[in-house]
Amino acid sequence: MNKIFEKGGKLAFLRSTVDAFETFLRVPPTVTRRGTHIKDSVDLKRIMIIAVISAVPAAVFGMWNVGYQHALALGTTASLWQNFWFGFLKVLPLYVVAYGVGLAIEFASAQIRDEEVNEGYLMSGMLIPLIVPVDIPLWMLAVAVAFAVLIGKEVFGGTGMNIWNPALLTRAFLFFSYPNEMSGSGTWIAMRKGETMIDAATGATPLAFLGDGMDALTHAGAQYDTSFWTLFWGGVPGSVGETSVIAILLGAFILLYTGVASWKIMVSTVAGGLLVGWLGQIAGATDVPAYMHLVLGGFAFGAVFMATDPVTSAQTETGKWIYGLLVGAICVLVRLFNPGYAEGMMLAILLGNTFAPLIDWCVVNRHIARKNKKAKTA
Amino acid sequence: MSNSIALKKGLDIPVSGPADLKIAKTVAPDIVAIQPSCFKGLVPRLLVAEGDAVLAGSPVLADKNHPDILLTAPFSGTVKAVVRGDKRKLLAVLIEAGAEQSAVDFGAKDPGKLSADEVRKALLASGLWPALVQRPYGILADPAAKPKAVFVSAFATAPLAADVDFVLAGEEQALQAGVTALGKLTDGGVHVSVNGPGSPFEKLAGITLHRFSGKHPAGNVGIQISHIAPIRKDETVWTVSPILLAAIGKLFLTGRLDLGRKVAVTGPAAKDPAYVQAFPGMPMAALAGFGAGAPDVRVVSGDLLSGRDAGADGYLGFFDNQVTLIREGNETELFGWAKPFRFNQFSATRSYFSRFLPKKRYDMDTNLHGGPRAFVMNDSYYADVLPMDLFPLYLVKACLTGNIDDMEKFGIYEVLPEDLALCEYIDPSKNCIQDIVSQGIDLMLKEMA
Repeated sequence: MNKIFEKGGKLAFLRSTVDAFETFLRVPPTVTRRGTHIKDSVDLKRIMIIAVISAVPAAVFGMWNVGYQHALALGTTASLWQNFWFGFLKVLPLYVVAYGVGLAIEFASAQIRDEEVNEGYLMSGMLIPLIVPVDIPLWMLAVAVAFAVLIGKEVFGGTGMNIWNPALLTRAFLFFSYPNEMSGSGTWIAMRKGETMIDAATGATPLAFLGDGMDALTHAGAQYDTSFWTLFWGGVPGSVGETSVIAILLGAFILLYTGVASWKIMVSTVAGGLLVGWLGQIAGATDVPAYMHLVLGGFAFGAVFMATDPVTSAQTETGKWIYGLLVGAICVLVRLFNPGYAEGMMLAILLGNTFAPLIDWCVVNRHIARKNKKAKTA
Repeated sequence: MSNSIALKKGLDIPVSGPADLKIAKTVAPDIVAIQPSCFKGLVPRLLVAEGDAVLAGSPVLADKNHPDILLTAPFSGTVKAVVRGDKRKLLAVLIEAGAEQSAVDFGAKDPGKLSADEVRKALLASGLWPALVQRPYGILADPAAKPKAVFVSAFATAPLAADVDFVLAGEEQALQAGVTALGKLTDGGVHVSVNGPGSPFEKLAGITLHRFSGKHPAGNVGIQISHIAPIRKDETVWTVSPILLAAIGKLFLTGRLDLGRKVAVTGPAAKDPAYVQAFPGMPMAALAGFGAGAPDVRVVSGDLLSGRDAGADGYLGFFDNQVTLIREGNETELFGWAKPFRFNQFSATRSYFSRFLPKKRYDMDTNLHGGPRAFVMNDSYYADVLPMDLFPLYLVKACLTGNIDDMEKFGIYEVLPEDLALCEYIDPSKNCIQDIVSQGIDLMLKEMA
């Protein structure tokens, strides 16, 4: 690092920023000073880049799907590349804003705290554009990102100290502050200025039909197909990255193979969703089979990318099972009993985040109590 | 009596440079250092002055809190220098070897016929008492205490650790005398853990034998204790390393202090790694033939996880029978973390592909491979390399916050920093976990005193 960036140098206020870029390009020559003389070659940069890569399939598919839904709603057809290009140009500004605002705050906070920049936001910034409506006004996104990073993360001390998943906090902020832009049928399909949908087209996502039962859901009569398999591969409107379960599963494979995310949380979230979906079905609350919930809305995306955040999820192995079950169950519960706002995943995960420390506390204390009891009788 | 315990958690770090099972050299050092910093809890008081003549076994330092506890000279000669650091902290007493070796005669005794008090006195007088480590906290054993039991780990799993069976081959008699002597000091018996057949400990009488299998840290005595009889509040146990157990035995057999030991010279930067016959306090300069003192080579007294950076002009620690030479990783690597493949880098995680090369040994260096961050990964990530029934991250965070109640609850009595060394090794946030635990232990010592 150039001396002017060191402490006391003229540009010392840029120290964290320069350090971040420098260490981004090359592994620094820092050696171990205390403790173990050797270190595993894994660091947070590696973990975060794997997480980011795992979200790439969902992002790429989402960009194409934005164009595809646009063409469907206009009643026209477009080539694969045209669709992708349309979506790419729509999603790119979201990325610019999400990363620009978020990283600026991260860099400034790191400098104020005199720390190195934490890589955690790379993943949040990757996810945020994928969970918002594609036509969200950019200034709203900027405000929401600033809120989530400042109030949701930095005030707690930065990545690793936050209670809630920052990406979801961004979405929650948008949802409660600008409900008109976040729900309703005018939200989910990108349009250029002056374009209008054809009369037969609907702007609603498949989730909107959920409350009317299985028949309404699968025979929605929308311009897009609403069968299970279409929902599975993802050619339906929705937030940018959430629609294709295939792309999400590809990401899940990367996360699980590398061990970056916990399979226990993914499995238990799915189990929780299926359980409540099944209970709802046999109780007569809905005739939609439980498995449909897995492909609808943000369930898969949330279960793979959001609920598994190692900072905000449960810490202990038993806790992960309970946490996942809670997230999955609450998501489907909201869907079944709150048709006005059918997407429960966001709030389910935020609620799960809120309860994760309590779950861990119970798990850890129970374990220790049992251990002490065993020790006494031994 | 013996029982088998198979540990599943842990990690063997495939670092290159294991020592060949042969004695390459006998180090006859002209100078040895007595280093009080090797002993946690020792407040040194100097008993000699520069120029004094000492015999092997003559007292050099005493503990201010327990004046009976002595550190003695490993061989005869003259006191050459008293090395002090900041605030006149006593770092080392250097003793220059005399031309002729003579030793204090403590009198050969049959430990089986001694009382506990006689054993204690013999250990204190000879300077072997500090070989006993008291847990919790890993401090000097209190001569007035009666420990619940004494534990010995008769195998080592730390990276490139000296092979205990090789080091102690032919020492059965001394080991037997050692365990018999220590057995007098406790009602709980001497527990010895071995990991395979052929250990010189297997045939010893008067011990409780345990069999362990598993990866590092299965060979850490702390891990073994937690599986044999976990330490609870208000309990104390003592541990002793097998090489010092042999020294204790020899004291009773011959009446003389003999700290000579086989030391493994290991590591990726070691030339022809092998064993040397040496003493604790031996100068690292004697290992120049192995590459110690070469530029950018770190000389570690002990293993790569918990050893001490002694420096090429430093000295071997009292408890150590291993020296590891490793290259300083003070070079930059372009796009290091972003490269999909880094075949020369090992990772315990699957974020690299080193798991496809399970037989490969890596020429590791001391690069940090990242920068310090807050903890991001969760407790179970760290628990994967800690075969103990506790929550490592909770314990570490309790130590960080200095919360005595939580430290107690999460098991501070059961661990020493070395037990969590692997958690530190795999930590992607590069926290100094051993340091944090050590500070937690210091706080406990202060508050519980």
